[in-house]
Amino acid sequence: MATSPFDRQAYWRGQLRRILLLLAVWAVVGFGMGIFGVEALNAFSLGGMPFGFWMAQQGSIFVFVLLIMIYAVTSDRADRAAGLGEREKGG
Amino acid sequence: MGIQGWTWITVGVTFAAYLYIGYRSRVTSTRGFYVAGQGVPAIANGAATAADWMSAASFISMAGLISFMGYDGSIYLMGWTGGYVLLALLLAPFLRKFGKFTVPDFVAERYYSKTARVVAAIAAIFVSFTYVAGQMGGVGVAFSRFLGVEFEIGVLIGMVIVAFFAVLGGMKGITYTQVAQYCVLIFAYTIPAIAIAFVLTGNPVPQLAIADILPKLDGLQRDLGLDPYSSPFANMDMLNVFCVTLCLMVGTAGLPHVIVRFYTVKSVRDARWSAFWALFFIAILYTTAPAVAMFAKYYILNQYNELGAGIEGVSWVKNWAATGLVTFPEGGPATVQDLLGGINRDIIVLATPEIAGLSSFVVALVAAGGLAAALSTASGLLLVISSALAHDIYGSIINPKASDRKRLLVGRWMIIVAVLLAGLLGIFPLGFVAEVVAFAFGLAAASFFPIIVLGIFWKRANKYGAISGMSLGLAFTFVMIVLMRAQSVLGLEEPIIESFFGINAQGIGVVGMLLNFAVTIGVSLATTPPPVEVQEMVERIRYPA
Repeated sequence: MATSPFDRQAYWRGQLRRILLLLAVWAVVGFGMGIFGVEALNAFSLGGMPFGFWMAQQGSIFVFVLLIMIYAVTSDRADRAAGLGEREKGG
Repeated sequence: MGIQGWTWITVGVTFAAYLYIGYRSRVTSTRGFYVAGQGVPAIANGAATAADWMSAASFISMAGLISFMGYDGSIYLMGWTGGYVLLALLLAPFLRKFGKFTVPDFVAERYYSKTARVVAAIAAIFVSFTYVAGQMGGVGVAFSRFLGVEFEIGVLIGMVIVAFFAVLGGMKGITYTQVAQYCVLIFAYTIPAIAIAFVLTGNPVPQLAIADILPKLDGLQRDLGLDPYSSPFANMDMLNVFCVTLCLMVGTAGLPHVIVRFYTVKSVRDARWSAFWALFFIAILYTTAPAVAMFAKYYILNQYNELGAGIEGVSWVKNWAATGLVTFPEGGPATVQDLLGGINRDIIVLATPEIAGLSSFVVALVAAGGLAAALSTASGLLLVISSALAHDIYGSIINPKASDRKRLLVGRWMIIVAVLLAGLLGIFPLGFVAEVVAFAFGLAAASFFPIIVLGIFWKRANKYGAISGMSLGLAFTFVMIVLMRAQSVLGLEEPIIESFFGINAQGIGVVGMLLNFAVTIGVSLATTPPPVEVQEMVERIRYPA
């Protein structure tokens, strides 16, 4: 299914924007909160646990899973909008 | 029935299931053999990826490592999960659209070069071989510890099982047995975790129960003269925590046996979703592990606090002392250092069922789970080795005119060759093999990750850039690791250098990766752009249809 050049540019730019945004969150949560800012965040308590520690050992993992889900959902939407919904390839 | 009796049952039943699935998944074409006919549903692929990813080390040793490292253990928790975000966003969908069989396939076509294919194939073989030897060794250890079977026989049994479903079914057999292995290992891991959470706090959800235990654990460690469990950078400085975490993440996204998993799904959309499912399934274990680490550490320290040296008379200690995993000095541990020094870290997972008062059946389940983890990872790695030899070197370079039947036959033989060599390396480990497993991530981060990402996102990247970048990144990282770990690799007394600007051997892959990026970009810009067909190929893989 051919897509016009206009669609392609917009689609790819949308992809790149999504990727960069999600990677920014990935970096901030994993490295910013879990490593560089962990001591500062430990001043806050999450149910009795130092928050920075919890982010590094649990919270960041939850966020990573969420990020991939957001990527899959928004990409699906972008695919449909661009008319790039896939037909199943044979077997 | 004792642990051994139950273990024969759990292992027997699970192994029979793997053989059956392998038989039912047998294939008759190279497309079936290398990419499971591109017909694996996203959820199944996610479960298979999760099992492929979680090796015996993840299953048995990781909780123990975290338990003894406290906050610093986050390098493994974040390092071995964060990479999946990179895979999902930067690699999986595009490689699926590319749609061939192996990682060197992509490298060869994107960089229009047989040399690049060979370099990539050799790197893939090297990284995968050292990794798989560790798994086969793990199988041998599990057999000897749980079933009293001799180590070598255990390795042999593992080899036969893997060879059976891998030779018959190739990637298809491997994928579906991995789904079964995921079910076994996650069941085996979470049951003891839920039990010990309940026993210690009354809350059966490990991820919630930690809120109760952590403050007590911190206090206990302080009372015993140790740094609190949650204190950051107690044993590893911030620079290294950062570098090692990043290295593991990027390495994850550069490991061939993980990347090829995304060739097997039905569509680009499924590739993205399967990455989600993979991390979801992995996260179940990875968020449980730090909980298990805390519970077990708390329990052990608390018991020591109450009994002192008398802890050596406690039943779980006596049981595991008999296997040599717990070794206290005469008269019991006099100090907390004696206590912690005398406990093999694997105890944390292995002894948890007993500590939680669970029956021998659960311990047997843990044994089957550990074996599931080892075999699932081993099979994925063996396929990469076989495909590098049969598809990349033989099928693409030595005999490109070979028929599909011939290629399939060579592929099957290469699995057998790889299994034999892996088994041998597992039984007669070369001292440096264990080191390289840990550093496989650094090598993958410095060789594959940069050129694949640049290949997808930057049309200007050309073959001279990629070959130089890959070679230099690999060489730099390899040399650094050898210099910094000269004791195990070269048998010297001391490392030749301590660190590279403060970065240790586990994190040096980050520098190798940066070097690769820099060289690939620099050399590409200084030499002729890639041919138009290649640029069009890059354009094509960016769209799902």
